[in-house]
Amino acid sequence: MKLDPKIPSGPLEKKWDSHRMNLKLVNPANKRKYKVIVVGSGLGGGAASASLAELGYNVKCFCFQDSPRRAHSIAAQGGINAAKNYQNDGDSIKRLFYDTIKGGDFRAREANVYRLAQVSINIIDQCAAQGVPFGREYGGLLANRSFGGSQVSRTFYSRGATGQQLLIGAYSALSRQIGLGKVQMFPRTEMLDLILVDGHAKGIVTRNLVTGKIETHMADAVILGTGGYGNVFYLSTYARGSNATAIWRAHKKGAGFANPCFTQIHPTCIPVSGDYQSKLTLMSESLRNDGRCWVPKAVGEKRAAHEIPETDRDYFLERMYPSYGNLAPRDIASRAAKRVCDEGRGVGPGGLGVYLDFAEAIQRLGEKTVRERYSNLFDMYHEITGENAYQQPMRIYPAIHYTMGGLWVDYNLMSNIPGLFVLGEANFSDHGANRLGASALMQGLADGYFVIPYTIGDYLANQKQKTPATDCPEAQAAEKAVREEIKQLLSINGTKTINEYHKELGKILWDHCGMARNKTGLTKAISLIQALREDFWKNVKVPGDSNNLNQSLEKAGRVADFLELGELLCRDALEREESCGCHLREEYQTEEGECQRNDEKFAHAAVWEYKGKNQIPVRHTEQLTYEEIHLTTRSYK
Amino acid sequence: MNFKLKVWRQADHTSSGSFETYEANNVNANQSFMEVLDVVNDDLTKAGKEPIAFDHDCREGICGTCSCVINGEPHGPEDKVTSCQVYMRSFQDGETITVEPFRAKPFPILKDLVTDRSAFDKIIQAGGFISVNTGQAPDANALPIGRETAELAFDAAHCIGCGACVAACKNSSAMLFVSAKVTHLGLLPQGQPERNRRSLKMVEVMDAQGFGGCTNTGACEAVCPKGIPLEFISRLNRDYITASLMERPESE
Repeated sequence: MKLDPKIPSGPLEKKWDSHRMNLKLVNPANKRKYKVIVVGSGLGGGAASASLAELGYNVKCFCFQDSPRRAHSIAAQGGINAAKNYQNDGDSIKRLFYDTIKGGDFRAREANVYRLAQVSINIIDQCAAQGVPFGREYGGLLANRSFGGSQVSRTFYSRGATGQQLLIGAYSALSRQIGLGKVQMFPRTEMLDLILVDGHAKGIVTRNLVTGKIETHMADAVILGTGGYGNVFYLSTYARGSNATAIWRAHKKGAGFANPCFTQIHPTCIPVSGDYQSKLTLMSESLRNDGRCWVPKAVGEKRAAHEIPETDRDYFLERMYPSYGNLAPRDIASRAAKRVCDEGRGVGPGGLGVYLDFAEAIQRLGEKTVRERYSNLFDMYHEITGENAYQQPMRIYPAIHYTMGGLWVDYNLMSNIPGLFVLGEANFSDHGANRLGASALMQGLADGYFVIPYTIGDYLANQKQKTPATDCPEAQAAEKAVREEIKQLLSINGTKTINEYHKELGKILWDHCGMARNKTGLTKAISLIQALREDFWKNVKVPGDSNNLNQSLEKAGRVADFLELGELLCRDALEREESCGCHLREEYQTEEGECQRNDEKFAHAAVWEYKGKNQIPVRHTEQLTYEEIHLTTRSYK
Repeated sequence: MNFKLKVWRQADHTSSGSFETYEANNVNANQSFMEVLDVVNDDLTKAGKEPIAFDHDCREGICGTCSCVINGEPHGPEDKVTSCQVYMRSFQDGETITVEPFRAKPFPILKDLVTDRSAFDKIIQAGGFISVNTGQAPDANALPIGRETAELAFDAAHCIGCGACVAACKNSSAMLFVSAKVTHLGLLPQGQPERNRRSLKMVEVMDAQGFGGCTNTGACEAVCPKGIPLEFISRLNRDYITASLMERPESE
């Protein structure tokens, strides 16, 4: 596997400018001769589809949801970072760049992150021009809030529904292009395979989720903006439909999968209430601007929160990390919460929870102000738990929220398969071993609006051949394989439901590859997953047939992929014998329980090559070279 | 808690449907309504029957996918929540709960509780946007917008496009949905250049998609999970009348 990151030469701050000058262009009259497939309609895919169509390319956009407006980007709550320095508090492109690299525990590619910080500024302008109703001050200028891992206020927001508003912005731009006939939209359509012709990505096989029809679509390039794979854990803050099928099947066709073990656990989610639970709901990190995390000092405390006096409370984040306090980064805050719960000081059912308390903020600002800032989050908390967080502290616990790993891409966002581009959470590029809050929206939109429109031209300009036909042998072979797998899934007719397998897989991963990992546990998890996968293909029950709307069949295919990906996740965690960001190996930690990196051996991205069914995959590396930054031990104390 | 679920089953758009009754026993009061459907579906699967098809995705009330009529009300008994945010503590132990899809001619039923709401996308494609290409934007702070205006625009933009307003309306009118978008963009200075065109185009497609007229009963507002107020429909009416008077017919 050849991994050339194609990082432009020259000083960091000039790389993107000079690279853009060196990229080949496709002239406007020729753009309309090219077809581009975009899978996914969220911030990455939706923004890319709209922007490429505006340039004149013919775009086909696919999503499994019933409308592109429902992509899971919509659920992001708190905000989007940008180095605008509107607050005059010392922010700059370089500071956002540095915070992101440091937040990722020095495991991201410098050049990509610097570019991300550069274009962050344009994103806010673009979204405001589209009519995104950002929060504003009385003078009419944009407001900011603070987020974890940063000491400046650079987060733009639309109350607690920033993702929704940004997605509606991208969706409206996309809708405009659909109306103009430049984008052909395929909702309720799932990508089931990638088609390679002469080693280049030239098409996809899809299933129409309403009619069951299997179809082949060919193009000059394929873009995946299909999100992360956190649902491999079953319980997560992802939408129920979020899946890894597109990226996993591309991986099986040769795309390198980078850093699968970098999975983020968000500290502030509503705790699990029972085994029927289908998903976990996030309470935005922005709440930690005003909410204080605490647990009782005493093990086995029985009193209700309001009966516990200040002297008997442990505001553990403020105690452990005085300079960042409640705004410590997510990996750090999650582990701190786990630690106090492991000590037996957790609150709520099963002791798996900590308090997030707004009493002090309400006293300082008044309930009205707190309501203005967070009312929809407090409402959501009330809907789910039936508790009023204005009167009693919220109970929160960490949950799987984001995956930093994903398909490997070069500086142009192209995978090692020529013509296959990967955007947003689906790629691995910008967040290293831990993503900072309010940076996912930034990356999705950066990739979709401001990177891919430039870099795809360079690839297409070199593609002289015409789009391959839908009945070319490669397409027919891929279609046949898809049909056979569907047939096989439906023919097993075993005794266990798909959900049962998914839950079991999730439990294995959460127990052995969750917030803390070790060699014994990971080795065990790999054999447990292998056995579970074998059993799945013998004993799963997928009801119905394939020629109509069959939600069980959709789920079965996705869980089959998760059963393979889950193993790779554990292998990657096992091979990375260090702790960094969200990846904590118990063998490699300081006495205080903080991450102990091993820069000599592991300052690289691990990129996995698929070697066939039940074969051991091969681990390649991309060495991360730091020109600008000195690797230091991350400290938020 | 124990419940009986009376659920609408329909094989596809062309078939006729009917109610089937299922039992859901040992339900936790904090279980969500969708999680009860999950459990019923696992039971059906194990019994060799086809599970109930229903739309859902984020399960936190923001994506707008879920769309059940529960006990006759779109999104069920609670105020300002989507179907996925209905919890079983809202029902009486032993109750029979009726579950149907959103019923409206422009939303054909695809299967069981799943409907096709792409008519909403077509309305947005006609004009629910500001025409600005990527890269054309001026600095965001170059265009100050008063906080009250921005907040009101957010209230309108918060619409999740679920279609409960249409399902609740005896005329299957989409006026609340269209008014939310027209209000959101019409309040902002960026939205002014296309303001007339937007309301005319969106209303034209709304009518063409078969949505009915508004007779101001307010049923839409009562079921809207995001609290979009009826007042926005008056804004749409004002915009539409102004646009009709001002706009010159487009030459073909």
